[in-house]
Formats: sequence, C-alpha cells, structure tokens
Amino acid sequence: MLRSLPALRTIAALLLAGALALVWALSAGDLPIPFSDVVGALFGGADGMAASVVRELRLPRAVAVFACGGLLAIAGALMQVLLRNPLADPYVLGISGGAAVGALGAMLLGLAPWLVDAAAFAGALGAMLLVFGLAHGDGSWTQTRLLLTGVIVAAGCGAAVTLMLSLATDTRLQSMLFWLMGDASGASRPWPALVLMVVGLVAVLPFARDLNVLARGELSARALGVRVERLRYLLYVLASLLTAVAVTLIGSVGFVGLIVPHLVRFVIGNDQRVLLPAAMLAGGTLLTLADTAARTVIAPMQLPVGVLTALIGVPVFLFLLSRHPR
Amino acid sequence: MNAAAEFLLEADRLALKVGERWLCCEFSLRLAAGECLVLLGPNGAGKTTLLHTLAGLRPPSVGEVRLGGRPYAQWDALAAARFRGLLPQQQPDHFSATVLQTALVGRHPHLGRWGWESDDDVALARAALAEVGLADIAERDILNLSGGERQRVSIAALLTQAPRLFLLDEPTNHLDLHYQVATLELFARLARGGRGVVMVLHDINLAARFADHVILLDGRGGVAAGSRDEVLQADRLSHAYNHPIRRVCGDGRRVFLPD
Repeated sequence: MLRSLPALRTIAALLLAGALALVWALSAGDLPIPFSDVVGALFGGADGMAASVVRELRLPRAVAVFACGGLLAIAGALMQVLLRNPLADPYVLGISGGAAVGALGAMLLGLAPWLVDAAAFAGALGAMLLVFGLAHGDGSWTQTRLLLTGVIVAAGCGAAVTLMLSLATDTRLQSMLFWLMGDASGASRPWPALVLMVVGLVAVLPFARDLNVLARGELSARALGVRVERLRYLLYVLASLLTAVAVTLIGSVGFVGLIVPHLVRFVIGNDQRVLLPAAMLAGGTLLTLADTAARTVIAPMQLPVGVLTALIGVPVFLFLLSRHPR
Repeated sequence: MNAAAEFLLEADRLALKVGERWLCCEFSLRLAAGECLVLLGPNGAGKTTLLHTLAGLRPPSVGEVRLGGRPYAQWDALAAARFRGLLPQQQPDHFSATVLQTALVGRHPHLGRWGWESDDDVALARAALAEVGLADIAERDILNLSGGERQRVSIAALLTQAPRLFLLDEPTNHLDLHYQVATLELFARLARGGRGVVMVLHDINLAARFADHVILLDGRGGVAAGSRDEVLQADRLSHAYNHPIRRVCGDGRRVFLPD
C-alpha cells in the first residue's frame, strides 16, 4: 500500500486541478461571477440571475465538457494498449467517423437536435460493429488487421462527410462544421456522460495490471496468466462506448484522447493503475480549460473547443516531449 | 500422490500440425525437476511452436501436454503462470517503462486483482536484475536499451516470476558471448536447485554443454528425442540441418563443426 502513495498524491493533485478548472468554467464568461456566488449557486440554493446562469447554462456545459475530456482520455489510453501503438487515439478505429456520418446526415435532413444526437450515437456504434465484424470475422485478432480495418472505415466515413458537406446549404454548413470541430454549446444532458465516465473507469481498473502486462506483448501476457481474448473484448467495447458517448455529446473533439494519455505517461509513467484515473482527470481538466477559454477569449464569439484543445495541447506536448529524458 | 506428479512437464504422443504441414510426428517426453531439455532444429522446423505448445499457449494437434501432472485445461491461467514461465522471442517495446518496472511485471500472477507490488516483490526484482548484470540501470527507460540489455530485462522479468519450470525461446538471442554462457549457466544452476528448464537453442555446442535431454526436429516431420548423447550424433545433426556436421574431440570436450 505504501508503494501506491505517490499515485494517490498524483490523483489528489489532479482532483484539485479539476475542481479549480470547473470553478473557473462556472465563473468566467460574459457575466463574470465571483467564486463566492458560484458556491452559493451550487450549494446554497441562491436565487437571481447569476445563480441561474451558473446552474442552468454554465454547469451543464462544464460538466459535459469535463465528462467528455475524461471519456476521451480513458478511451485513448485503452486504445493505445489494445493496439500496442502509441499513436492510437479514440478515433483511430472509425468511431468518430461513424458518428460524424450519422450526425451530419441528420443535420442534412434538418432533423431535430435530439435526433442528431441519436444518429451520431447510432453511427458510432455502427462503425464499431462494422470494424469489429470485419477485423474479427474469422476469429483471429491481430492488431495490424484491426488497425488497418479501422483506418479504412474511418477514411470511408471521411469521404461520406466531405460529400455531405458539399451538398449542404450555407445555413446548415456552419453548424455541421462546428459539430466536426467539436462544439459544446448544445450539450444539455451531461450527467449520464459523467456517470458513464466513472463507471467506465471503475469497470477497467480491476484489469489495470493486466493492461500493464499486455503492453509488454500478447505472448508474455498470456504466459503470465492474462486472459488476453476477454481483455481485448473489454477494451474494445469499453473504449468504443466511451468514445461514442463523448462524440455524441460534443462532436469530434480531436487531440484530447491522443495527447492526454501521453502527457500523463511523461509525468507518472505507464502504470495503468495510476495512468487511467490520472488521464481521466487530466482529460476532463484540459478540456474544461480549453472550452472555457474558447467561449471567453474573443467573446462574444465562440471558438470550437477542438481548436483550443489543439492550440493548448500541441505546445504543452512538444515541451514535455523535448524535456523527456531519452 | 501419483507417480506422474513427480514430473514438471510431460507430453504424451504429441504431434503438431500448422496448416496442412506436420511439424513433428508423435513423440513423448518427460521432464523431471533438475533437468534441462534443449529443442534443436533448423529454421522453421517448429521449435517455437513446440515450445508454445509445451507452455499451454496453443493446443496440441494430437496428444496431451501435462504440467505438474495435470493437463493445461485443468489449470487456472494464473496458477499455471506461477508454475511455468515463458521467455518469448524479443518483441518490440512501444511504451517507456523503467527496467525495474518491467522486471516487476513478472510478479503479476502472484498478486491479487487489487494487489500492489510489495517491498518483497521489489527486492525479488532487484535481485533478478543483479543476476543478469542490470542492477545499475534499474531506473533506465527500456526504450533506450540495446537488444542484449532488453533480452536480459526479459530474463530478469522471468526470474522475478519465479516459476518452477522455465520455457526459454532462444535465451541467448542478442547476447554477447559472455552473457550467452552466463545466462545458460544461470539456468543450469536453477535446474540443479530443483527447477526445470526447456529451451530452444541454435548453437549445437551450447546445447551439448547444458542439455540433459535433446529433442531434434528435422523440419520434415521427423523427431529425435532422447538423452543428449543419443541425439547429438553427427549423422543425425547433419540430416536434420541438411548440412554436413562433424564432431571434433579435444581438451576432453566434443565440438560440432559445420563443414
């Protein structure tokens, strides 16, 4: 237990950072709200405009963004182990492509927002089943084949998305582009995503040491008693579901799922027992910061959050990469 | 206790087929504690496939493999991992980890689902690293190691696993001459201490030096299994490797040389 003490310290620090990011997200905006009023609105049952802005506008959005950041970071970390490839991200197997085809198709038809969400989720699950069926059809399961199938399905989805964009009218084009870049302004029902984020983490934590072994290679893992087949199903289904929920909620925010696991790995190493919870918290924090910046830096205009995650993430990543002892 | 339980590893009328090709016809083997078995044969003869079958990682095409007297089907995967350990051929590492962390992976089957490595586990891993001459670089990143050093990290992870039966796929791969002999002597010492060793080797002379039993696959389905002196005959080796091999005696040692 003593050996897990540094891990607990890391988690505690990240919890604090996440809480601070959420408070900033609730207080910053067109109407700046001081910290005490934020607390009052959340816990004191305060009334008035400031309180309702916090509770009804900013809280759902902040929670949605935090949950999506956490979901994408966990999904990315899991995909990297599943594919034994540091370049894997939650979208590499075509989940976001499928979601984009569904969502943009619904937008093209002018369907209601909840139907757009439903179509995005259906598209994500469709892509997941398609890739799984094609890559796993004969019962074998090689990483290269899975990766290749996913990349090809994603490319097909990309073509379909481009086609739909070229068919769209100008009025719909902007919302379609925002969806593609990741847009949190429409996120209205964030709590299921937050619950799923925690459930996903709890579901995978018992297997975290198995993942450490699997990262060494399939053969070693099997010889060390890891039930690799079962573990891969779990990783694939869980990572896909988490990604599908995040993409449905705020669109394909790029980069969080790729970069956050690496950032955390630079700082605390590749022990999945620490990496997974730390990546979840760091992903949520980073995306919350990015989204708050996206809606405040050039207010009243709002930037797509995906742009900000890349603008923040790239220099931070390159800085850590250059300092990382080789 | 039945008599079979005295053997760490038994194969009964074992035969292996990959696709439509038979790698080896039916043969049997028994390995008791304290013994060392070497698998020899030309490239593609099926040495690795045979080793993986003996490790319970693929089902035999014909026959049965028993570990500690029980077929693999009756073993829990983690319990089997505490009994036998495998040194696979080197696989590329993609994620950075320290040498010590990598050695600690060997403790996996000994820990419960929520278990965290204890100080005893760390001490075991450090002792294993010292055995392979890596104690000084325990905190280095494995991605920065040479091939030989990474091979020794894998050996240290296997020692940390502390199984009774070691299954080694070309343990001397990537190692320089000194570490080749040192590694085989290490496993010979472990065998004398009551463990069992099965290893795939390419070097006939190292096999002659360390093996008690030899299984020679000829790549055409033929198998010669028996004691070292029965199997390591110049004519048998020449046939299996499809290359003339001569036995030379000198200094009280026999050396096999390719013509």
